[in-house]
Amino acid sequence: MGGVAGVATAGAFVSTFQPSERAKAAGAPVEVDISGMQPGEMRTVEWRGKPVWLVKRSPEMVASLKKTDSEVADPDSDRTQFSVTPDYAHNEYRSIKPDLLVVVGICSHLGCSPNPRFQAGPQPSLPNDWEGGFLCPCHGSTFDLAGRVFKNKPAPDNLQVPRHMYLSDTRLIIGKDEKGEA
Amino acid sequence: MANPQKGSPSEQAPFSARALHWVDQRFPASSTWKAHLSEYYAPKNFNYWYAFGSLALLVLVIQIVTGIFLVMHYKPDSNLAFASVEYIMRDVPWGWLIRYMHSTGASAFFIVVYLHMVRGLLYGSYRKPRELVWLFGVAIFLCLMAEAFFGYLLPWGQMSYWGAQVIVNLFGAIPFIGPDLSLWIRGDYVVSDATLNRFFSFHVIAIPLVLLGLVVAHIVALHEVGSNNPDGVEIKEKKDENGIPLDGIPFHPYYTVHDVFVAAVFLIVFSAVLFFAPEMGGYFLEANNFVPANPLKTPPHIAPVWYFTPFYSILRATTSEFVYALEAGVVAYVALIALKTRWSGFAKIATIVIGALIIIGMLVFDAKFWGVVLMGTSVLILGGLPWLDRSPVKSIRYRPAWHMYVYIVFFVVFLILGYLGVNPPNETRNLIAQVCTFLYFGFFLLMPWWSTMGSFQPVPERVTYRPH
Repeated sequence: MGGVAGVATAGAFVSTFQPSERAKAAGAPVEVDISGMQPGEMRTVEWRGKPVWLVKRSPEMVASLKKTDSEVADPDSDRTQFSVTPDYAHNEYRSIKPDLLVVVGICSHLGCSPNPRFQAGPQPSLPNDWEGGFLCPCHGSTFDLAGRVFKNKPAPDNLQVPRHMYLSDTRLIIGKDEKGEA
Repeated sequence: MANPQKGSPSEQAPFSARALHWVDQRFPASSTWKAHLSEYYAPKNFNYWYAFGSLALLVLVIQIVTGIFLVMHYKPDSNLAFASVEYIMRDVPWGWLIRYMHSTGASAFFIVVYLHMVRGLLYGSYRKPRELVWLFGVAIFLCLMAEAFFGYLLPWGQMSYWGAQVIVNLFGAIPFIGPDLSLWIRGDYVVSDATLNRFFSFHVIAIPLVLLGLVVAHIVALHEVGSNNPDGVEIKEKKDENGIPLDGIPFHPYYTVHDVFVAAVFLIVFSAVLFFAPEMGGYFLEANNFVPANPLKTPPHIAPVWYFTPFYSILRATTSEFVYALEAGVVAYVALIALKTRWSGFAKIATIVIGALIIIGMLVFDAKFWGVVLMGTSVLILGGLPWLDRSPVKSIRYRPAWHMYVYIVFFVVFLILGYLGVNPPNETRNLIAQVCTFLYFGFFLLMPWWSTMGSFQPVPERVTYRPH
């Protein structure tokens, strides 16, 4: 009897560590105006406390994805351990529209936010054949311009593509798609 | 009164003697003082390596006292925390001094504790009968790391935030339960106010309580078996007619005077850092932590504080290709046990099965998980030292000369890993870190073999000691 009461009481203490009801309630979808984004421009919006990146890729940036195809660990985003890539982004661009990338800017290794390194060519901490992409400052993982992780890096998975959909040509909603809220 | 006859002072005795007697009848004041200080017989041949234990106690007191005063002004709220630390630095009279004492004290704690551990390593202080002293010590080290980590989130700067993000996500690498576990630790989907509050609670009450208990256990266990010494001679084996070790000397006043001197030197150095270089060029307080936490942007270069970087380098070195090297290492080690030990057939088969399971695990789970495992193991493996070291003598003084070089290589490897950990990674540095990771684990895992090799010098009957 005493043991049961002890375990039950310990359970209450353990439970207080879970996200509170208030924390669970926060996290509504976010609407973004994407009109006027220039090629090569990146915007960061906050969704559920995390950075979501919108990258307007130039034609050269889109073309670089062909070259990195053989160098990334999971070119077709088939892995599901870290996140499931939605069907509409399960393509060679990892996006609904080829030029606009929408990913959660949190590294699949230990949760740092990688830095944009769009400039191609040799530079510190990056390989000499760099095509542009993202570098995680914490443990050196690199991602291409579709958020796909390069091989033999600490991060095992591609960046997460959140559920999102276009409300119009210039308005995007993050955290919600035709199938419902994420 | 419990025993009015026993050693009762006469009516003419001074008030202090009668008061002490009154207390001793009700509380073991004099007997505790004697057992741990005035009649605790320590070997008379201690050198300055033996001062770091007392120094660690001094730093612990500094941290607790300054911590109490910081909590009076600090606000554990994600909207107020950063500003409240700046308030302590700018507006609270002498607040900057208390805060710098606390932040410098954290680094000083690790310097002192690392040197204290080096001493234990060199003189075999963890060997029988001091295994529990050592294990309590390892537990203290773990608490210290937890304490430093929880405390580092409190200023709510960029490094605080992203450091906590990385360490909490380490738990997310554990297969199956990981993501839920890290959510449970954070109490939110990202590091947030909930995380800050619970880390504050751990930092100011939970861990310090455990730490104090462990420090008491460490000292009680030490005083039960007696201190080791630079010769590794058991002084309790040679006693005079009164049962007092011939090579022992009461800790107080002989060593308390030594320790007061060392404490004075330490405080001079400590004050110099405090007043002239409290940030220590970004090593004690990192520049990025003077920027308020921003959940949307990681600073371009993040690294943990210097005392974590050797272990952090091991984490970072574990890439998917390095896991193949680790698999080869596991195969070689299992082969070594199967061929070169006199274990029973059952133990050998069990080792082979465990080795096979680890290799299967390495093929199934991500390199990320193994990086976390290696980092954890690199700290916990210290606890295995009493059983890994098989050398017939304790002290480095009577070991083969080349053993000293093995230790030097190990210490250099540790420093290199630490250096690499504060710097951004690149291909060459990763390779060096990977080689160092192998050397680090090789030092411990091959110790049962190398520690028995070579020609050992005879250990003297009594300690070597030059009267002065």
